[in-house]
Amino acid sequence: MSQRLSFYIHIPYCAKRCGYCDFNTYTPSELKSGDLDSLSSSYIDSALKEIEMAAQVAGPAIVPTIFFGGGTPSLLPAAQLARIIDAIKSRFTLDKNIEVTLEVNPDSVTQEFLDEIRSAGATRISMGMQSAVGSVLKVLDRTHNPENIERAVSMARAAGFEHVSVDLIYGSPGESMDDWRRSVEYALALDIDHISAYALIVEKGTKLAAQINRGELTMPPDDQSADKYLLADQLFEAAGFNWYELSNWSKPGGQCRHNIAYWDGSFWWGVGAGAHSYLNGKRWWNVKHPSSYQEKISQGQSPELSHEILTPENLSDEFIMLQIRRREGILRDHLNSTQIAKAEEFLNSGFLDSASWQDMRLVLSRDGRLIADKIVRELVL
Amino acid sequence: MPAIDLSKAPQPAATNPEQIRNFCIIAHIDHGKSTLADRMLGITGVVEARNMRAQYLDRMDIERERGITIKSQAVRLPWRSGLDGKEYILNMIDTPGHVDFTYEVSRSLAACEGAILLVDCAQGIEAQTLANLYLAMENNLTVIPVLNKIDLPSAQPDKFAIELSKLVGCKPEDCLRVSGKSGIGVEELLDQIIAQIPAPKGNPQGPARALIFDSVYDTYRGVVTYVRVFDGHLSPREQIQMFSTGVKHELLDIGVISPEPVSSKGLGVGEVGYLITGVKDVRQSRVGDTVTTFHKPALEALSGYKDPKPMVFSGLFPIDGDQYPLLRDALDKLQLNDAALVYEPENSAALGFGFRCGFLGLLHMEIVRERLEREFDLTLISTAPNVVYTVTTESGQELIVTNPSEYPNGKVAQVREPIVKATILSPTDYIGTIMELCQQRRGALNGMDYLSEDRVEIRYTLPLAEIVFDFFDQLKSRTKGYASLDYEPIGEAEGDLVKVDILLQGETVDAFSSIVHREKAYTYGVMMTSKLRELIPRQQFEVPIQAAIGAKIIARETIRAIRKDVLAKCYGGDISRKRKLLEKQKEGKKRMKMVGRVEVPQEAFIAALSTNADEESGKVKK
Repeated sequence: MSQRLSFYIHIPYCAKRCGYCDFNTYTPSELKSGDLDSLSSSYIDSALKEIEMAAQVAGPAIVPTIFFGGGTPSLLPAAQLARIIDAIKSRFTLDKNIEVTLEVNPDSVTQEFLDEIRSAGATRISMGMQSAVGSVLKVLDRTHNPENIERAVSMARAAGFEHVSVDLIYGSPGESMDDWRRSVEYALALDIDHISAYALIVEKGTKLAAQINRGELTMPPDDQSADKYLLADQLFEAAGFNWYELSNWSKPGGQCRHNIAYWDGSFWWGVGAGAHSYLNGKRWWNVKHPSSYQEKISQGQSPELSHEILTPENLSDEFIMLQIRRREGILRDHLNSTQIAKAEEFLNSGFLDSASWQDMRLVLSRDGRLIADKIVRELVL
Repeated sequence: MPAIDLSKAPQPAATNPEQIRNFCIIAHIDHGKSTLADRMLGITGVVEARNMRAQYLDRMDIERERGITIKSQAVRLPWRSGLDGKEYILNMIDTPGHVDFTYEVSRSLAACEGAILLVDCAQGIEAQTLANLYLAMENNLTVIPVLNKIDLPSAQPDKFAIELSKLVGCKPEDCLRVSGKSGIGVEELLDQIIAQIPAPKGNPQGPARALIFDSVYDTYRGVVTYVRVFDGHLSPREQIQMFSTGVKHELLDIGVISPEPVSSKGLGVGEVGYLITGVKDVRQSRVGDTVTTFHKPALEALSGYKDPKPMVFSGLFPIDGDQYPLLRDALDKLQLNDAALVYEPENSAALGFGFRCGFLGLLHMEIVRERLEREFDLTLISTAPNVVYTVTTESGQELIVTNPSEYPNGKVAQVREPIVKATILSPTDYIGTIMELCQQRRGALNGMDYLSEDRVEIRYTLPLAEIVFDFFDQLKSRTKGYASLDYEPIGEAEGDLVKVDILLQGETVDAFSSIVHREKAYTYGVMMTSKLRELIPRQQFEVPIQAAIGAKIIARETIRAIRKDVLAKCYGGDISRKRKLLEKQKEGKKRMKMVGRVEVPQEAFIAALSTNADEESGKVKK
């Protein structure tokens, strides 16, 4: 049986950079090129070459999932994205139940695009909604109108997508508890089967970080974000969305299998500028800028910037760090006696799910999920 | 030019006492003593101009940086008097200039017949200088008042000449006026030393008696002992004997400092020089002890010998527990050079393994700590300093408590604490604020005298415990740096004292226990609990912080449980970064101390222990 290898495809382009975002993405003006079509076509050419490299390095493999992330993949013509899917299909074996996810911008996406990409093989759409409240979207520097979401979801459904997800962000400066409840309820009214909800992280070097440093915006206290998480979790569960990872909820069958691959130690190949990969105990990441990426590829070189080989200790740390985020949790058999003793302290304080612990699994309770990193720190020592 | 060609100057062991003058310089820290000494070295020709460096005699880095002298030295200066044209030998004995070293100062004074009272004539006399002046007068030394820095634009020589003349009992015009920096008046000063200070007297035929006024450990030569010969004669290869211990040593080397060591044929009456016997520990060569010879021992010691007695105690702990053996070695080495330093191992639940150390005073403590960190590359936490208490329990048992953790838990009948006589000199503008400070510190006013129209001497009796904490910083900040302080221990007095414990989740944190006056217990409790609330990170459970006297809680704060400690996103590109952060946190966790279940970063202990003084005195420089 050949091994399984997921693919992540990074599309490093956005029409505009949002104030909170520190992803590896570039706007046409930053790249000094107004013509995204020719830009993307040469970028995709390079990506196809990297897929060929992957075939040589990894050998034959079954591909269970592909994920187009960014940036804004939906900025590119559907035909360009289709080339990627075709190339993977020609070099590897696609799983019969393959999941192909595409991140789209609800403002700019068209029915035509969705129809095309659906027929090219995409199965799942993920949209950045962030909030349903205008003032919060403004703080996040997002351009869209909340109504565009509803429209985009309907279009995705019309195109035949079975799985549609939205991303939400809570804890933005100025967001009230009621604002957040409105966003959650708005999302739950959509025809979707998956929601990701993230606490806002202020990343260094972003416009948002500068606004906070200057005192123009103030981050809400962590305790409020904790309350928002609890509220969201309650409302999601009541609406039939079950948590399967700290920040992810889905209806039955709606889990994102690609993301699960990151958490369960599966292998994946990240194609494109700045993309990360993991294969056979090695993690590596590509050069960040699209032009240096393309230059490396055109010279027939690996676009790898740097890598690390995981030691057994790294692997066991990562196992706990990632696995604890999942609803499946960690089998008690994987823990040593010290870790079990520590876990029992957390159990007694209500941070672990007691039924699961009876069932020989360490699974975080709702309160435990909120201090997952703290619990990991205690366990890895 | 009255400097003498060194080769033709009177030689050690062959100098008539009549030609000798032994003197020291009494001065406050920045009043220019070292500069004046440098100038004397230059003018008498013992240091050539090209070899001159600032503060030539101050050897330790700390001395040069802080501009203070910790260990004294003695330099032999040949000089031809401009008054009578004769040749003389001047022995300049440098004295330590700080309150903690009063005993060492007194021994330096005892080695001299005269003293130069050196006062910066832009600042006037300071409290310590005054204390040392009184000490010199008690020792019947001839005092020559000298106004320094007369070339400063802010100099007020006339004003301070009046002040000095009152103190010394002379006429204002008898005060010499010099500038150590430019050399003005320094030759005249040398001549006046010869004219005014009496020559040493002693019995050259009697059994040898020499006073140890300093002893210094030197890596290459072992202990170098500085002595002043009163009677008889010391010669190379001779067997000598220490009076206090009776231990005998062979004199491997004997000589004078000029200003580098020069071996001699011995030292005779009135002479000042060094001895080397090969011993490795200054405690075998104690300041104040009398050296005599084995074959012809003196019957009576020179008077005034005292064992150094530590007055202030503090725990020193390495921040990195692995440095504990290094700290032990470093203390062993420092003790070779510091007979006043005492220490014993201490184990703190909060801070780990360290040492309980006893010091002469606050400066001594700071110097030791700084030397440990600088010379031995250690990083240390020190607990708040405390004094020595005599505690009598209700069962009548008497305990000497040098560490709050030794304070008895049961009923206490009486606690006695050391008290000091403090002298504060200040411009009259600050009398009110100084009295207020002393009142707050449980002081009793003993008297007040005007040194001049606008300068006053205020005398208080104060508990030493109230001074060791941050009194000096407070005094300086309240008087814009103008007031100066001197104190001397005068015994013990009963105090209404209690031990305040700080508890985290019900567990006592030993490092924060403190013995304080009952009226201040609440303030201490509130200060520590609120400080710790800020410093200790939130845990996954609520942590009560309490201050307690025995079982009685006097202050309480709560660190609320942490609600959220999780990174929301963890996808492919985040994993390496997140794992590396985790590895870093694993490292950091090693430096966490557990108090019961509560994880306290070491930084919190350091901050809680070190910021006390700074905070209260508005971040005044220590």
